[in-house]
Amino acid sequence: MRTLVRPAVLKTPRGRLVYWSLFSVAIVLFTVAFIIPLYWMVTGGMKSSAEVARNPPTYIPEEWHPSNYSDTWDRLELAQYFGNTVVLIGGAWLLGLAIQLPAAYALSKLRPRFGNIVLGLMLVTLMVPATALLIPTYLTVTDVPILGLNLINNPAAVWLPAAANAFNIYVLKNFFDQIPDELLDAARIDGAGAFTTMWRIILPLSRPIIAVVSILSITALWRDFLWPMVVLPDPAKQPITVYLQRIADTTSLNMLIAGMVLASIPLVVVFLIFQRHILAGLTAGSLKG
Amino acid sequence: MITPTGRRRRLGEHVTAYGFLCAALVVFAVFAWYPAIRNVVLSFQEVNFVRGSSWVGLENFSYILDDPLFAKAWRNSALFTLYALLLGFGVPFVTALLINEFRHARAYFRVLVYLPVMLPPVVVALMWRWFYQPEGGLINEVIGGVGLPTSEWTNSSSTALISLVIASTWANMGTATLIYLAALQTIPGELYEAAELEGAGILRRIWHVTIPQTRFVILMLLLLQVIATMQVFTEPFVMTGGGPEDSTVTVMLLIYRYAFVYNNFGAASAMSLLLLLVLAVFSAAYLRVTRSQQT
Repeated sequence: MRTLVRPAVLKTPRGRLVYWSLFSVAIVLFTVAFIIPLYWMVTGGMKSSAEVARNPPTYIPEEWHPSNYSDTWDRLELAQYFGNTVVLIGGAWLLGLAIQLPAAYALSKLRPRFGNIVLGLMLVTLMVPATALLIPTYLTVTDVPILGLNLINNPAAVWLPAAANAFNIYVLKNFFDQIPDELLDAARIDGAGAFTTMWRIILPLSRPIIAVVSILSITALWRDFLWPMVVLPDPAKQPITVYLQRIADTTSLNMLIAGMVLASIPLVVVFLIFQRHILAGLTAGSLKG
Repeated sequence: MITPTGRRRRLGEHVTAYGFLCAALVVFAVFAWYPAIRNVVLSFQEVNFVRGSSWVGLENFSYILDDPLFAKAWRNSALFTLYALLLGFGVPFVTALLINEFRHARAYFRVLVYLPVMLPPVVVALMWRWFYQPEGGLINEVIGGVGLPTSEWTNSSSTALISLVIASTWANMGTATLIYLAALQTIPGELYEAAELEGAGILRRIWHVTIPQTRFVILMLLLLQVIATMQVFTEPFVMTGGGPEDSTVTVMLLIYRYAFVYNNFGAASAMSLLLLLVLAVFSAAYLRVTRSQQT
């Protein structure tokens, strides 16, 4: 494909020289900028507490303490906080899909009266970022209207607000709109009800878009910090990120670093395995949104 | 004309449809629509968990306007946004242009710039707090090692804000880079050829072909950047706590302090309302851009 530079230029000696020098500079610069910090973290977690605080720092640990990682895992009780994170993210993701898929299906295929007004009201919430509504949402969670429940320190305080995601409903609805109605009519003639039609016909056809929505939801939940911090003040209930921030000033540096590396591993590994799908989903999701 | 049976059947269909919608309607009503309205109400109230809330007119607004940090927080958030536009948009723009020209290692570059997006922002903030240490920190070590002047970074009120922007750009530039890269790949090659035939050099080709052809994506990314950075919280909260000398107190950090440190939810709501009004302008512009792009 033709880009900014004409392919023929790259075949001339001068073109080649410029290309390869730019390319090498970029490779070195990007590797330094993105790999060195990660290297610094991983090795920092293996240094002794005296070595990690040394000035000037050591580029290669003088003494390797890989056991720092297992010590940190046990002493900071990371298993518990990882468990909290999984419950918070997994619950919010599944509940979100369970609420958003039927809603998008209803708006796209069942088309009830006032459906467009409902969709419009949902889309309006996209103009009001969740972070800026921190205070009223927090007060709502402390005393849920009608039910009078206090959800503070309850995972539902993370699950329920995350389910009110207009972007996901919009993306799903747009995808469902492209599934031909004839397919659904055929199912209806065979006697399938609305739920069976959704479960047997719409959902199997929508796996790619469900994957995109899932990736976007899970990364957003994983990155969220302020909300879980304010609604889960009980240290035993906090996800690993909130926990690390809370103990940052009272934990020895090498242990904190080891904890940070361990907290980062799951999503980085998932990303490296599924990077093709994740990067495709990211660009598809954002350009369509 | 609709027969009675027909009307009943259709009514039944509407009921079924709302059955599928009801869970979504409940969560939107309770956790999105109600809080948005309540924010306005709270701004004019004194919130008291024991005695209940009472109306106080504009007192919350005069309270926040009297706070010397009010102007500072807005100035810091605006500056953060401005720097983040220059760096957080400029760097991904150049990076995407470069990667798009490269014939080798493109997958490597893509994975590299997106990797930090997968790190929790708290980890990024804690990690850069450590890197920025003036004595023995990684950053001063590296730039001092190649002979460049070192800096106090987050320890000095003159460089703290820009230090946060650099860390935030490092962590978040992957998203913008990849979205922009995808946009670059939709530019028809003939346009570059035509421009070249008319004697346009590389810079003029960027100015007259690349930028106009991707202007929707550019505008979308700029607006998203503004919306995200006007709400910045994690970086100042974790890395500097608003200091030194209040040089990194942002609007969201002040809202957090009003509510969760001073227990003044009325003042926090008044400040949120102002932030919402500012953000709504940019969000409305963003929705207009994305809508017009689709049609």
